[in-house]
Amino acid sequence: MYTCSDLRKGLKLMIDGEPYVIIQYDFTKPGKGQALYKCKMRNMITGNMYDRTYRSGETFDPADLEDRSMQFLYKDESGYVFMDQKTYEQITLSEETLGDDRFFLIDNMEVKILAFNGQGIGITLPNFVNLRVVQADPWVKGDTAAGNNKPATVESGYTLQVPSFVEEGDMIQIDTRTGEYVTRVKE
Amino acid sequence: MSPESRSRETEPTNWALARKQITLRERARILHEIRAFFVKRNFLEVETPQRIPANAPETHIVPVPSAGWCLQSSPELCMKRLLAAGFEKLFQISHCWRNEERGRRHLPEFTLLEWYESEADYRQQMSDCEELLGSLAAGKTLVYQGQEIDLSPPWERLAVEEAFRRFASCSLREALATDRFDEAMALEIEPRLGRGKPLFLCDYPLEKGALARKKRGNASFTERFELYLAGMELANGFSELVDRHEQRRRFEAEEAARLAMGQLPYPMPEKFLTELASMPESAGIALGVDRLVMLLTDQEKIDDVVAFTPEML
Repeated sequence: MYTCSDLRKGLKLMIDGEPYVIIQYDFTKPGKGQALYKCKMRNMITGNMYDRTYRSGETFDPADLEDRSMQFLYKDESGYVFMDQKTYEQITLSEETLGDDRFFLIDNMEVKILAFNGQGIGITLPNFVNLRVVQADPWVKGDTAAGNNKPATVESGYTLQVPSFVEEGDMIQIDTRTGEYVTRVKE
Repeated sequence: MSPESRSRETEPTNWALARKQITLRERARILHEIRAFFVKRNFLEVETPQRIPANAPETHIVPVPSAGWCLQSSPELCMKRLLAAGFEKLFQISHCWRNEERGRRHLPEFTLLEWYESEADYRQQMSDCEELLGSLAAGKTLVYQGQEIDLSPPWERLAVEEAFRRFASCSLREALATDRFDEAMALEIEPRLGRGKPLFLCDYPLEKGALARKKRGNASFTERFELYLAGMELANGFSELVDRHEQRRRFEAEEAARLAMGQLPYPMPEKFLTELASMPESAGIALGVDRLVMLLTDQEKIDDVVAFTPEML
């Protein structure tokens, strides 16, 4: 059982018998008033988005999903292909099902495939992933003032803000839960 | 080592922290200027204990317990006892704690600026706000998240009842009768306030002003106001309630509501209630310093204007 203080981005809940994932979350409280919890959530089966506002005191059931470890093999026209390393069973998930998670998949990476009534409806990634920068403006020596960010694109096609000292070819660590830069990986 | 002289080889491991340098320098400047503003106006800076036996009971503020007492949710009780003892103009910048409050604009430990003035009312404090922000901002306008806000005084004063008429899907009376006041306020009204120019939302209904004086000429409202910029609540002030019998009744009502929600019981602040007898007509206000820094440095999240969030510890 979850309470309002457990609500956060990425939390999976069961509502009216269907699993939902919180996409955006905000806590709000009008001056001296009651706390309100604003959630944007996606139905993990239909993909439809909903806005809901909860009051403190409400409780939630966790989404009861089966998960099993599988390895990411490759992407082709049919989608993203994963394999159970013990049974060699394969499963294919679409781009829509994966959402932004698709940007953080690396060949041979082990992930958890989430299933509801036997149907794959999402994945859980490792919290951190290392990806190589394929496009970023060059680093200008002297321009290292803390706070200076610039956009960079990594090998999966994902674009994020990085510190000015990050250059093309650098390996960087990204937090898959927030999609944000963590650190430069020294090789 | 200054950030300017860092080389690529000595880059910080914790970039989330390192990148806050510019904002934290700005925060320090703002704190310095707030102090200068009040000192110049003959306000005395005070420090009162942050760990206290109990806060003033307020239904929706959850305390952080601390070895049998609690951490203050606001320094107001001690500030008012100083007023009652004859201190006339006071300010304090202190950390305050409110459990379970965490969001884009909330931290469970945050910084409040409070100032109090005897022989003044809430209108005086609205003027103080106009002057304070005018002195802190670099120009006559402020750009926050792409919105331009004109700071030139006077700012609009909008009564709560009128705000409901203008922005909400129900009247103030209906909202109070059906327990929808907070929802209408947070979801329908607040996001629309202070667009283009700061706005004072004033004259809260009696049940929403536990420590505020009844409005002169209309006893079903209180002389309480909130300041909004760009849809964000920045400050809450009021003409102080100085009738200790009425204050006790309102505390009892708030405490009953707190207990009904399963919160830890508070002892009644007896010393405060006794000394309230000698408190002159006064006005007091609390302003969120973190949010002020957000506005002045154009930061969207409160996380970006403090060095550490609880999650970083």
